[in-house]
Amino acid sequence: MSYLEYNVKHVPSGPRKILFLNWPLALLLGAVASVGFLMLYSVAGGSFSPWAEPQMKRFAAGFVIMLFVAMVPIWFWRNLAVVAYAVSIALLIAVEFFGAVGMGAQRWIELGPLRLQPSELMKIGLVMILAAYYDWLPVKKTSRPLWVVIPVLIILFPTALVLNQPDLGTAILLLTAGGLLMFMAGVHWGYFAVVLAALGALITAVFQSRGTDWQLLKDYQFRRIDTFLDPSSDPLGAGYHITQSKIALGSGGWTGRGFMQGTQSRLNFLPEKHTDFIFTTLAEEFGFVGAFSLLGLYALIIFFCISSALQNRDRFASLMTLGIATTFFLFFAVNMSMVMGLAPVVGVPLPLVSYGGSAMLILMLGFGLVQSAHVHRPRGAA
Amino acid sequence: MRRPAKDTAASHRKISRRGLIVGGLQAGFVGLLGFRMRQLQVDQADEFRFLAEENRVNIRLIPPARGEIFDRNGVAIAENEPAYRITIVREDAGDVEAVVARLGKLVELDPEELERAMTEMKRSAPFLPITVADRVTWEDISRVAVNGPALPGVTPEVGLSRHYPMGRDFAHVVGYVGPVSDRDLSRYEDPPPLLRIPRFQIGKVGVESRLEEQLRGSAGAKRVEVNAVGRVMRELSRREGTGGATVQLTIDSDLQNYVQARLGEESASVVVMDLQSGDLLTAASSPSYDPNKFVRGISVADYGLLRDNDHRPLASKTVQDAYPPGSTFKMVTVLAAMDAGLVAPDETVWCPGHLEVSGRKFHCWKRAGHGHMNLEQSLRESCDVYYYDLALKVGIERIAEMARRLGLGQAHDVPMSAVTSGLVPDKQWKQVNRGADWVIGDSVNASIGQGFVLTSPLQLAVMTARIATGRSIAPRLIKTIDGIEQPGTPGESLGLNENHLRQVRRAMYAVSNNRRGTAYGSRIIADEMRLAGKTGTSQVRNITAAERARGVTRNQDLPWERRDHALFVNFAPYDNPRIAVATVVEHGGGGSTAAAPIGRDVTLQALYGEDPPLDAYPSKDRSRIKAQQERLARERPLRGAPSSDQA
Repeated sequence: MSYLEYNVKHVPSGPRKILFLNWPLALLLGAVASVGFLMLYSVAGGSFSPWAEPQMKRFAAGFVIMLFVAMVPIWFWRNLAVVAYAVSIALLIAVEFFGAVGMGAQRWIELGPLRLQPSELMKIGLVMILAAYYDWLPVKKTSRPLWVVIPVLIILFPTALVLNQPDLGTAILLLTAGGLLMFMAGVHWGYFAVVLAALGALITAVFQSRGTDWQLLKDYQFRRIDTFLDPSSDPLGAGYHITQSKIALGSGGWTGRGFMQGTQSRLNFLPEKHTDFIFTTLAEEFGFVGAFSLLGLYALIIFFCISSALQNRDRFASLMTLGIATTFFLFFAVNMSMVMGLAPVVGVPLPLVSYGGSAMLILMLGFGLVQSAHVHRPRGAA
Repeated sequence: MRRPAKDTAASHRKISRRGLIVGGLQAGFVGLLGFRMRQLQVDQADEFRFLAEENRVNIRLIPPARGEIFDRNGVAIAENEPAYRITIVREDAGDVEAVVARLGKLVELDPEELERAMTEMKRSAPFLPITVADRVTWEDISRVAVNGPALPGVTPEVGLSRHYPMGRDFAHVVGYVGPVSDRDLSRYEDPPPLLRIPRFQIGKVGVESRLEEQLRGSAGAKRVEVNAVGRVMRELSRREGTGGATVQLTIDSDLQNYVQARLGEESASVVVMDLQSGDLLTAASSPSYDPNKFVRGISVADYGLLRDNDHRPLASKTVQDAYPPGSTFKMVTVLAAMDAGLVAPDETVWCPGHLEVSGRKFHCWKRAGHGHMNLEQSLRESCDVYYYDLALKVGIERIAEMARRLGLGQAHDVPMSAVTSGLVPDKQWKQVNRGADWVIGDSVNASIGQGFVLTSPLQLAVMTARIATGRSIAPRLIKTIDGIEQPGTPGESLGLNENHLRQVRRAMYAVSNNRRGTAYGSRIIADEMRLAGKTGTSQVRNITAAERARGVTRNQDLPWERRDHALFVNFAPYDNPRIAVATVVEHGGGGSTAAAPIGRDVTLQALYGEDPPLDAYPSKDRSRIKAQQERLARERPLRGAPSSDQA
């Protein structure tokens, strides 16, 4: 069995494993989730229902899942990578046919009491299969064109399915996370340079085409881009969200208006105040100090993940941890950029803080894998 | 699965290096996010905080209570009374149809108003109260309140509404208020925001309109916090408005009520002026209308009746109508002649019944002629030829100048609607307005207040007051505003020869106290109350030579609108003048028969301050007057009582 090839002599076993968890990381996750509870309590007007209480239960469940996943040896999960990816793909296809329509897109399917978003699951599945792929692939083949095309297809297939839902935010997330994982696995930087150059050329071409005969985007799509670049051009239409969001952030000032004193969210000027735009409430009520602290907590989580990955000499464990960290990073980076007017409004929640079941459970599952990799890392001499 | 050496040093180094690069990129992006955060939250904080306040805080105006209007003795003429209405909030009602159906069983709902309310309800936000029944009675409100649990979302609301307890008696003076129209708004360059409050009422005519600024008061304001869809979440602060100023008129409501009753349905008007201060004690115009109907929104049918009535109830005849003054103008002519030194009181003129001027025959009202007439006789008997003769001597310019000195030909400053300036013609006026030269016949006509001369009843009262006092007394309608006495114009001396004035006054005394006077029938026999006056009968048609030849048609035989106007001006008491009265009865026939009796009744009522004793009247009139007093006493309290259909 393959796992026997690991040097397991020094890997802890039995209930003692719990002592070898990456506890600082677990505590940071708890801290970030607590910020979420606080904000959900606030936007509900000082009430645990309807958001804070279910969110706490979900986090508790998620924490248990994380511990459970962490206790299972990492090589077990590696062997499950292909299955995880296959199941995710199957569910993404299933959602095309049986999925419920929410917010104008097919996103979830009901599995008994569980409402599952396959695109969430795919975020973990993709990281796992790519990490397993590069674990399996001999290092010297990494940059050969054939062996580059395979992971690209692995990434593009689910991305296309998600885009079809349509869920642009998740699609970009998958594409970027997958690309970064390939980069970290050691694929020659020349490929990335070519892709980036092509992307740049495409964007330039799109903008150049505006108003000409060969216009590449429809007029309304251009107008959306305009609105993003200058929200004040359409303050009550598409620019409304971003304008109100910036007002909420800005009015927080240094130290904010105080807990439960935010007017923008309480008076419903903000859309999606308990989900995608929850950061604005934090920024309004606790100001720059509060918002920057949350950013700091996120950065620490990334730091502990990366440092754990770099200490881990197992290729799969290391790549997977980096992949999960990158996915997590992309979550909060895209969300914060969006509410601060640096990126267009796409539906990406603030990880662990925004109200939402699947995202929370999937993330905790992902951190469970990170913990498992940490607990079961090879120790002693190579 | 095959598993060669995984953790090779080379592979680990590569991952570490690439991992650090990505980690570095992430750190850089975190830095960018932090910088952006600082930019928004610290550098631009003030700007965004302002925008957030603007989002959140809404200023709502609180309408002030309109200033109330009282008469000179503190009797209410225009007041604010609670007006009840029923509103429904859609989101609280749930099934609006069912709730309205239940409400309809308790309160009578106007189907038209209800339909409008339902349409409005569908259009507006679900949390806004929509009025379904306006001006409901207290009983209806109680029924709704008692059945509250069965009527979710239904709220009885109370506001203030204008009410005129005197009803029609003050309609022409005080006017009425009504909802703000586009025309009202167009009068302002920058309309006060108050006017945009739904259901706000603004003065439409009369004092209500002319003193709008003082009566309106200033709006209060409340700052309310609203959410994104405009629902009020809570009140942040509140500043009550200042109510409008209390206005006290110079009118004596008892006298005004009496005069309106005395005029009845006659198309007539009376002005009573105090000779000390110039206060208008009465400005009555009949027929009148109920201003409360306008406040509520008058029906098209009711308005049509008022508009099409040939007695013009909507016209405020005391100030906005100008009539030929007829013989009441003769004092002007004679004073002008005396002032020019062209006539002596004892000089006589022979009246053969007509005077021929440049080939045209001007008739005296008395076909047979008056014979020899001196000043007093001519005024007493109203001989026309005497004045024709004066006109030829003094000319129109001096007559016009005297008319203006006595207050004619100018709009007096009283805050009522459409105050006319009348017309005192002269040569220049005719040249400009008629494009023709003044001819001597025009002067002859003007000398007896016919032709181009036009005067309003208010101007006639002022003229009489100036003759009685010798001062340039002017009318005052507003006694106090917010308790502050308003300036009046008791007037300076007119600079007329006191002797001349005395001659004219004595002649006016003879008009009603000499057996041959035209108003002898309307004399007062109480010695201390004797009146001095002048009758006038002004033609509204030309009498052709043919008609004159076969005999002038008598007024009673003419259709109403072609009959002569009857006028009477007087002051009293003769020895110590206190009031001046001008009476005009449109198409009333003769001044001495139609106007003078009203003038006398009004004078006595004003001087005694109550129904005068019967022995002030000549004995043959007493039984008729007694019956009249009883009849008017029965009518007046009904008029003064609050109208019963105020709901």
